[in-house]
Amino acid sequence: MAQDILDQIDQDIHTEPMILQMGPSHPATHGTVRFTLTLDGETVLKCDTDVGYLHRGFEKESENSTWTQVFPYTDRLNYVSPLLNNFGYALAVEKLLQIQAPERCDYIRTIMGEVSRLSDHLTCVGAGALELGAMTAFLYAIEGRELLWDLVEEMTGARLTVSYGRIGGLKDDLTDDFAERWGHVRSRLFELHAEVDRLLTRNRIFMDRMQSTGVITPEAAVSYGYTGVCLRSTGVDYDVRKDKPYFMYDRVDFEVPVGSTGDNFDRYLCRMAEILQSIRIIDQCLEQIEPGPVNSDDPRVVLPEKEKVYNTIESMIAHFKLIFEGIQVPPGEIYSYTEAGNGELGYYIVSNGTGKPWKIHVRSPSFIMMGGIHKLFEGGLLADIIPTFDTINMIGGECDR
Amino acid sequence: MGLEQDLPEVLTTRLEDAVNWARKHSLFQYPFVTACCGMEYMATASARYDMARFGAEIPRFSPRQADLLWVVGTVNHKLAPYLKRIYEQIAEPKWVIAFGVCASTGGFYDNYATVQGIDKIIPVDVYIPGCPPRPEQVLDGLMKLQEKIEDEPWDKYAYEQKVRERENTGLEEEPIYKKMS
Amino acid sequence: MSEKLIEIVAEKFPDAVLDSHSRLGNDTVLLDRDALADVVGFLRDDETTKMNLLRDLTAVDYLHRAPRFEVVYVLYSLEFKHQLLVRVPLEEDDVNLPSISHLYGCAAWLEREVYDMYGMIFDDHPDLRRVLMYEEFDGYPLRKDYHIQHSQPRTELLARERDSVEEFNTYVKHEPAAGSRDQ
Repeated sequence: MAQDILDQIDQDIHTEPMILQMGPSHPATHGTVRFTLTLDGETVLKCDTDVGYLHRGFEKESENSTWTQVFPYTDRLNYVSPLLNNFGYALAVEKLLQIQAPERCDYIRTIMGEVSRLSDHLTCVGAGALELGAMTAFLYAIEGRELLWDLVEEMTGARLTVSYGRIGGLKDDLTDDFAERWGHVRSRLFELHAEVDRLLTRNRIFMDRMQSTGVITPEAAVSYGYTGVCLRSTGVDYDVRKDKPYFMYDRVDFEVPVGSTGDNFDRYLCRMAEILQSIRIIDQCLEQIEPGPVNSDDPRVVLPEKEKVYNTIESMIAHFKLIFEGIQVPPGEIYSYTEAGNGELGYYIVSNGTGKPWKIHVRSPSFIMMGGIHKLFEGGLLADIIPTFDTINMIGGECDR
Repeated sequence: MGLEQDLPEVLTTRLEDAVNWARKHSLFQYPFVTACCGMEYMATASARYDMARFGAEIPRFSPRQADLLWVVGTVNHKLAPYLKRIYEQIAEPKWVIAFGVCASTGGFYDNYATVQGIDKIIPVDVYIPGCPPRPEQVLDGLMKLQEKIEDEPWDKYAYEQKVRERENTGLEEEPIYKKMS
Repeated sequence: MSEKLIEIVAEKFPDAVLDSHSRLGNDTVLLDRDALADVVGFLRDDETTKMNLLRDLTAVDYLHRAPRFEVVYVLYSLEFKHQLLVRVPLEEDDVNLPSISHLYGCAAWLEREVYDMYGMIFDDHPDLRRVLMYEEFDGYPLRKDYHIQHSQPRTELLARERDSVEEFNTYVKHEPAAGSRDQ
């Protein structure tokens, strides 16, 4: 009865869809993206995504730098988990060079990579909670992230943009008290994880906003190129660390959380579970690690030790040539991929035999997810854009490179 | 700003100090966050390096409600017109902090896509270098801005007076305020 | 392991395959441009290959070589866990090639990026426009003959820094921001 009256009223009122710009500077979008939304009331009919507001020319800059000089640029790709990008790039170039980094280096890369992944997931969960109004959860997550950044700072010298990886190894070995500091950080992280869990997971408002919003089916997710947490939340069990293990992921025992419905709540739960799994991986690596060299001993790739550089002429020449001309990587091309914080981060590298790369293309998970994000928005409400955009975890530096 | 010009000077300076004191301790910030520096901005605003104790409490995400524009991260040519428009929309008195080297001078991205410093587009009050700057550095920059506001003379915004004093240039149209005589 | 991918493609489309190799463990096939959509569609749907994930789509500019460009597709199968790189060589003055946006959802966006950065025109693409650069940008930045510092500003930039609020206010009277009421 009421519907008939409403239909009658609708016939007389002339309505048309409204076009709204969710502009580049918006509080709820971390990163500058512009959505042109066509709205019917509060329902999103059509969404046109406009990225590129952080395009900094990574690929063009890397063509003008030596192989080692690209590391700072890779830091700033996914700037919440910079170590994962560094190590992905180092792995790609090592494959082109056909050298193998020593075992200790791989263990440390696994450990620091997981520390970075923890910081990524904490930021995503915290910022997501902040956008929905839960500021307390944000402060707890950022406290956890600060503790991790203290660890990273102790190891690498910088909190955020570290440039820690090197081709053939790392910048520095683990500090002597790393295991002890990790013990303190670890216990505090468990407490913070439990707090955030208590605040959010059974919270009525949080559940209502996150469940059944931003749903994507597994087939659509695969077709749109989704990888990482966004794909696993739909039920497809694809994790590069289990699929094609690299570094030390085949020697540690961990689970990969897989969701079922593909909505925002599943993505949030997957991230929270992955935090616990990352802590588990780091613990196991610290048990298994043996003392040894950290850099590969190939002189074409790794800088010689400082005492030798200052005392022998051959080391000085080698140092000079490696810094000025860059590592001479044999010609070829490769597509190498690792599991970054957001999904599968791929580097397609073409080398022409000189000390500078000919081309580096980054297969960034955020860019590809932005390509399919209109599918998640359309049909939903305007307010559902906020949690969806948060859990997709688009990082501007990675999306626009 | 009409009545204060008739007051004796000793009262005006006291009034200036009082108002500047109020302004510097209640900055309403508009964080225009683009890139990696945004992570350090979040860290500065969080519990450990608390920015709220300086009075710069919550971010106001509307330019109409803000007076301090933090430009955090790289600005590229695609984004530059929007930055200009947002700066225009903020009402005076307004200040700008360039957070990070990318906002100050373009950083190490010297290529076709980035603007080499936002001061080519909008006037900047404090530059905070760093890639990204540590939170302590950010707080230092904020304190420097507070010192700058403290020393700010009011007739910075008395347009007609400045125009009268300027020699060659002058506004063609009528000034906004007409002094009551 | 997946040498047989190259064999499957060569057997089914013998005229399309120009070259193939497996250097560094990456199986690569060079295809003729016109057969691209058929080959990729076959690879996606066939029961023995089932390459359902388009991992990457990019282009390479080999400046002093003919053909100058190559468009690279990285295909992967989640079920059989094998990967194939498909490359399509293109001449400098003839940069059209068929679009595969009807096969994969992410291909549309990736092809837009290749158009934006290198200038490849994808036929039958639903919405071919720039994605990372702005529309009034002229040229294709990632081509090797585009100078890295050749910037095309959208708004007036000074060679020195802007001094003060008054200067800014005077300046915007001549050039108000896009969409502001002074225009």
